[in-house]
Amino acid sequence: MLEVKGLSKSFGGLAAVSDVSLSVSQGKIVALIGPNGAGKTTTFAMVAGFIKPDAGSVTFEGKAITGMKPHKICDAGIVRTFQVTQPFASLTTLENIMVGAYHQTANRAEAEEIARAVAEQVGMTPMLEQAAEGLTVAGRKRLELARTLATGPRLLLLDEVMAGLNPTEIDDIVRVIKGIRDSGVTILLIEHVMKAVMNLSDYAYVLNDGILIAEGAPAEIATNANVIEAYLGHGAAERMSVEVAADA
Amino acid sequence: MFSANLEILPAAVLNGVMFGAIYALVALGLTLIYGVLHIINFAHGAILMLVLYAVYFLFTLLGIDPYLALVIVVPISFVLGYGLYKYCIGKLAHGKDTNILLITLGLAIIFENAALFFFSADQQVIDVPYAYDSLDLGFVFLAVPKVISFFASLVICLLLWIMIAKTDMGKAIRAVAKERQGARLVGIDVDHIYAVTYGIGIACLGAAGCLLMPSFYVDPYTGNIFVIVAFTIVVLGGMGSIVGALIGGFIIGITESVGGLMFGESLGQIGISLIFILILLFRPTGLFGWKQ
Amino acid sequence: MSKFSTTSRATLAGTLFTASLPFLIADRFVIDVLTLILFSAFLGQSWNILGGYAGQFSFGGVVFFGTGAYVSAILLNTFGIDPWIGIFAAIAAGVVTAAFIGFVSFRYGLRGSYFALITLAFAEVFRVIANSVEFTGGGVGIFIAHEPSLARLQFDDPAGFYYIAFVMALISILIAMWLERSRFGARLIAIRENEDAAEALGVNAFKCKMYAIMITGGMGGAAGTFYVQKYLYLDPPIAYGVAFSVEMLLVTIVGGLGTVFGPLIGSFVLHGVNEVARHFISEPGLSMIVYGVILVAIIGFLPNGLIGLFKKRRKKQGGDGDA
Repeated sequence: MLEVKGLSKSFGGLAAVSDVSLSVSQGKIVALIGPNGAGKTTTFAMVAGFIKPDAGSVTFEGKAITGMKPHKICDAGIVRTFQVTQPFASLTTLENIMVGAYHQTANRAEAEEIARAVAEQVGMTPMLEQAAEGLTVAGRKRLELARTLATGPRLLLLDEVMAGLNPTEIDDIVRVIKGIRDSGVTILLIEHVMKAVMNLSDYAYVLNDGILIAEGAPAEIATNANVIEAYLGHGAAERMSVEVAADA
Repeated sequence: MFSANLEILPAAVLNGVMFGAIYALVALGLTLIYGVLHIINFAHGAILMLVLYAVYFLFTLLGIDPYLALVIVVPISFVLGYGLYKYCIGKLAHGKDTNILLITLGLAIIFENAALFFFSADQQVIDVPYAYDSLDLGFVFLAVPKVISFFASLVICLLLWIMIAKTDMGKAIRAVAKERQGARLVGIDVDHIYAVTYGIGIACLGAAGCLLMPSFYVDPYTGNIFVIVAFTIVVLGGMGSIVGALIGGFIIGITESVGGLMFGESLGQIGISLIFILILLFRPTGLFGWKQ
Repeated sequence: MSKFSTTSRATLAGTLFTASLPFLIADRFVIDVLTLILFSAFLGQSWNILGGYAGQFSFGGVVFFGTGAYVSAILLNTFGIDPWIGIFAAIAAGVVTAAFIGFVSFRYGLRGSYFALITLAFAEVFRVIANSVEFTGGGVGIFIAHEPSLARLQFDDPAGFYYIAFVMALISILIAMWLERSRFGARLIAIRENEDAAEALGVNAFKCKMYAIMITGGMGGAAGTFYVQKYLYLDPPIAYGVAFSVEMLLVTIVGGLGTVFGPLIGSFVLHGVNEVARHFISEPGLSMIVYGVILVAIIGFLPNGLIGLFKKRRKKQGGDGDA
């Protein structure tokens, strides 16, 4: 569904992303992981049209979308959430979601219906009348999710949607994301919370310093020494294997 | 349109350079305020106007020469600027960009109309004894007040540059400009630095006013003239760049002077606005500005 | 929203009441002030579309006003075209000017203060051009002959201008109401709140901002015609100067940015203050000082404008979704 080939981007001489290629098959949940500063969000931004790649191509459902503007990419069926949530602060949750819903219809009543349905799906119905700026972190993350979902996308790019959530909230969101996948939306997500990544994703790509260092099924990745070293530094691989064994 | 007499050109250029130094001083305050506080001080022109009135009254009521007045006006400007930020702008803005724009706009309205109310709309000038003296350079005559202002501006710019680059306060200011949160974390009182920077920006206006008054005039609307010019220089030179303000000041000063010579007073003014528009569109970071 | 909710009923009542004022009030001076209030509300609402709803602060609204005013004045004086037709030319001129400025500014991604600054520069450019060119009358300006008649859109009885201003203000309020319930309006507000997030959700920010500025332009142009017909004189400082620029945004911000009635309320309060101040002290400048103080006070303490006083209560109750 989504084909990324050789994507590269440098900022002022610093290579943020170098020659990254990945693909996402329809109906799957794919994870993009890696330590902070690895270039994951930059990659997202390039796929979603916020940054123009220096090199490489992005193809979606056979169509080239490299370098297209964000709203056009949304028209094509891809939407992204933001790592630092960007609510429409003075609007209510419902109004926020409706902005997304308006992508599917020009009619206010219909947009409201879609928004309410999405809110239900994501578990935000009790907060619909609340001002977005008053939501908790978890609420805002859900709002990001709901808003993007309301546009009726076929591919959802989730950027650290679980950052700042406590374990219960994480379990909730995992369930919601699974539900979204089941309803036919493909998902590519950036995540740090390993438990969730293992639980959710069918496939994972690991980025470090802008370069793809590993890819594969989550279980393989977790025990890949390079990956562990990238995250935790030299000698961490051994320590990790002890923990994973204890967790199982 | 091209009624220029080429013999007058060198004089026009030199005049432009001298005026440019004063423009640079005005722009310096603005660019400093933008570079550190990241706000656009719409009150800049109006405050300059108030300084000009202050210099006017110091001269006509107390007989104090404008250049000597520097010693009084600059420190007081700093204090007033500091206070203005600390107790008014900073307090009321609640941190939002658009709010600061509006508050400084509101202040500009208040200052301008207060001047109108108290001083009337008449233009005021001062007649310093050496107002009509001129320096004979052979190929051109230069008015003495302008020459003095020119060199004084350069000295002040230099002093400011040294202060920012070499002193501890300067370091703190640069730190806050680059990375506000980080500066806070290492113990710098960011709000204080903001107020200090604003104060310095206004002090620059204090200096500019003293240097400008002998060669110029003041009425409640004088500020407006300088607003676009100052903004243009700041954008041309690069927001936050002291060197940029200086060079930008010269460029604009010369452009205005030569433009006015060739195309007449009013059309020459368009030149600056057009430069402003073009820079905003094609190179908003200016010649020396930091990349956003 | 049911058709007969409280807000709608109040609005209808208010409209009828306002329409009947010339019959209730004999003092023509008062009617004149009310005309100014309605005109100012209309002008403010034009700024509100781009500045309040779409969040793009500008000093450029005056460019559309001035251009519209010149267009209809010149059409009348030089070509003898009645202002009833001239106003449409003025609206068109406003739209075209807006499209130009908007295209140039938005195409290059200017936002926030940079956008405000460039509109300031454009206003200055227009002012200088108007000052230097023959057919605008240069610095001397344009005079319109005093010929009260419906055809010439001039009235001896202030009530005539009152009703024109009333209709314009009403139209502007209807436009705002439409904005609040439409997809276009929701998108403008989204752009105001967070342009990047809006783009991510499929909103073509450039297109929306262009439409918004063109609406502002058209309204500004119409206001220009009204002004010229009422005051019969136009020169560059009036057309493109800071005065109207500031007035437009002042009434809106004081009343309430991005609200339907904000400009009207702001206009009422500010002009009311002006009249009271002038009653006591006639020196120029005083009312503007008060305006400045009000602006600073509103930003500091009531950033949502005077309407914010009412809105706060409604949000707490959960609101019934009305504007």
